[in-house]
Amino acid sequence: MIEVKDIHFTYPTGVEALKGVSLTIGDGEFVAIMGQNGAGKTTLVKHFNGLLKPAKGEVLVDDVSTRDVSVAKLARKVGFVFQNPDHQLFSETVEEEIAFALRNFGFEETTIEKRVTWALNLLGLTEYRKTSPFMLSGGERKRVALASVLAWDPKAVILDEPTIGQDHGQKENLRQFIVQLNGQGKTVVVVTHDVEFVAECNPRVVLMNEGKIVADGEAKKILTDTTLTLTASIVPPQVTQIFLGLTDLGLPSDVIDVSEAKKILLDHFEEAKH
Amino acid sequence: MSVFEGFRFRRVTSPIHRLDPRVKFLYVLAMFVVALFFTEFLPLLALFFLQMPFVFVAGVKREWLRSLRGAMFLATLIFVFNFVFGYFYRTYTGASLLEYSLGMSLRFLVLVESFSVFFLTTSPDHLSLALEQSRVPYEFTFAFTTAVRFVPVLAEEAQTIMDAQKARGLELERGNFLKRVRNYIPILIPLIVSAIRRSLELAEAMESRAWGANPKRTNLYVLKMKFGDFVLIVLSITLLAIGVYVRYFVSIPPLSLFLPPLPF
Amino acid sequence: MAVIETKDLAYTYPGGTKPSLRDVSLTIEKGEFVILTGPSGCGKTTLCRCFNGLIPHFYGGVLQGELSVAGLKVSDHPIYEMAKRVGLVFQNPENQLFALSVEKDVAFGLENLGTPRDEMKKRVEWALQMTGIEELRERAPHELSGGQQQRVAIASVLAMQPEIMIFDEPTSFLDPLGAQKIFEVINELKNKLGVTVILVEHRLDLASKYADHVIIMDEGKIVLDGEPREIFNSETAWLLGVGIPKAVRLWHTLQENGVVLEGAPVSSEEATRFLREVLKR
Repeated sequence: MIEVKDIHFTYPTGVEALKGVSLTIGDGEFVAIMGQNGAGKTTLVKHFNGLLKPAKGEVLVDDVSTRDVSVAKLARKVGFVFQNPDHQLFSETVEEEIAFALRNFGFEETTIEKRVTWALNLLGLTEYRKTSPFMLSGGERKRVALASVLAWDPKAVILDEPTIGQDHGQKENLRQFIVQLNGQGKTVVVVTHDVEFVAECNPRVVLMNEGKIVADGEAKKILTDTTLTLTASIVPPQVTQIFLGLTDLGLPSDVIDVSEAKKILLDHFEEAKH
Repeated sequence: MSVFEGFRFRRVTSPIHRLDPRVKFLYVLAMFVVALFFTEFLPLLALFFLQMPFVFVAGVKREWLRSLRGAMFLATLIFVFNFVFGYFYRTYTGASLLEYSLGMSLRFLVLVESFSVFFLTTSPDHLSLALEQSRVPYEFTFAFTTAVRFVPVLAEEAQTIMDAQKARGLELERGNFLKRVRNYIPILIPLIVSAIRRSLELAEAMESRAWGANPKRTNLYVLKMKFGDFVLIVLSITLLAIGVYVRYFVSIPPLSLFLPPLPF
Repeated sequence: MAVIETKDLAYTYPGGTKPSLRDVSLTIEKGEFVILTGPSGCGKTTLCRCFNGLIPHFYGGVLQGELSVAGLKVSDHPIYEMAKRVGLVFQNPENQLFALSVEKDVAFGLENLGTPRDEMKKRVEWALQMTGIEELRERAPHELSGGQQQRVAIASVLAMQPEIMIFDEPTSFLDPLGAQKIFEVINELKNKLGVTVILVEHRLDLASKYADHVIIMDEGKIVLDGEPREIFNSETAWLLGVGIPKAVRLWHTLQENGVVLEGAPVSSEEATRFLREVLKR
């Protein structure tokens, strides 16, 4: 669905953010773009809806180059939920906020009405329909931002650092929600540095460092590769760290998840008994 | 805007940069007063060239030129305005009309030039330090410094907000004038709300770092007047003295001496 | 020796419909590293603001109950007095830095206090060293990374040499590596200077190994208060949905399946150690 062909991008300030990145994301995939702050993750995903255009190379969304089409047209297909919901919220009511994009895209009023109700329901915001978004708590505002993007039912959804500032319960809800979205056939791209979050979802991981992609594959393989995590300056999941200290006792090191760890350990104890 | 480009500070150092901003300001004031004495072309031209050594020593040629280029529009406007008015009200005729109008616009350029040199060679921190030590109440200096400090932050935030709304289908370039103005509401409101939130957080941080503890604030840095500063003070006073002398005791050759009779 | 003591502390923000703090009673001893956590909205940020006087002086309203911080009754002293004893580092690094150079920012608090210049220079130098940012002293805050900015914020609070330092989710905007560095800096401060540390955090995976005292709040009340090991293993903590470190979760599931470890590990290093013991047997 999204094809990135050897793109280069430099900001007007002179910072070279992308130094030859190529990537293909198919319909319905779930991808986590990871790396430390400054690696180029957000710069990369801003090319997916045309907010940024590459200096060299090209980006195709459903076989159409992002250079040939307006951001508004691309946005119809690729929804982008920004990190800070306060950079989007401006309406008098949550309802208006969700309807904003729908109006921009030229939906009919009756459709808008239906979509708004649907989105409110989906994110558990029905009681806040007529509330001012500024009166809501941080977590609720995030949900409004998410609802306002999902309302127009884009084919793909990009979430930029959705776990920042969230407590454990909120992250769990978010994780389940994302998995659900993906299950419904949406292409989901999450930009995050939260390894534990990724370890629990186990998606395809694209690891970036200094403007290049250094790894692309299964979360399990990438997050447990110590050379990779060291080069890209990311911290492996806690479970992996535990197992890395036990490899000399014959235990595998490519574990990222608690239940898998439990199984391996229990099996090991069983064996040891005999 | 190129006029503002000429005023933006750049991280270079030169002897001019190291001068005390208060003394530099005195020089600007002296230049201002002397420029006001004259409408004649020659003295103003002299003032204009007098400032160029500063520009070269400070190494800010390019930016200075840019600010002058930006000011040319207004300078031309001043010229035309004075010429037309003078012509129709018969206050001046012939070469003296030309001289007067040229003089007014040149005077404007002299002022732009001196302010430009001041701002191009004074860093915002140096400037705020000067303000602090000039007994300006700290609240104002602080407001100035904080504003300068947050300009790049706000600019970035405005860009992010624009991106966020564009990603929701907002098209800023389309539509008639009214529609375009309305399209900026989804950008202004988040920006303003964010600015308010930011001020609250800043206030909290300030209070937590003992804001208001002592009416007598001390300072990490102190501006000390050096040899160069005294030289500039002497120069500025000399300039004032010469200006007064020339104004009242010297007859300045008018432009008409150098030009053939003109049709107006 | 108790450095913070509260009894039945209660507070409602002016215009708020329900209290943000209810019957909060706790004691924090000198030199402790306390982690304060709980789900969003539980009151931990509000509690921090009480400790340095922002509540009630900045936010208004009435603070009920007893609160003594560094021997002072907070309601009776203006914020700038409390600032000499209690430092508060906030979540967003950007909005704590006002000056145009790092040095000037670190000196800000000292300038406000009217500290003589020689003393100020020494303290600024010292604070820069303790946080490892000497080379950044002439840089403008906008040029720094989030982690660097946060260290500047810590240095500028440290320069006032408070006996208590409170950090309100200081790593929210940082990546895990940046967060680790900040926790290391904070721990250094506690070890080298004997500063009492209160850290409000969600990321218990990274921070729990430094704590000797954990307090969990929910809906304005203190729900758990004690040693990290017992807290992280309690049923209540699990039910609250607090981010219990994975090491603890693993230990728990193993226990359920009959494997007994030496104790509840609080960090990955400990977990590795404990597992080794069991595996060797």
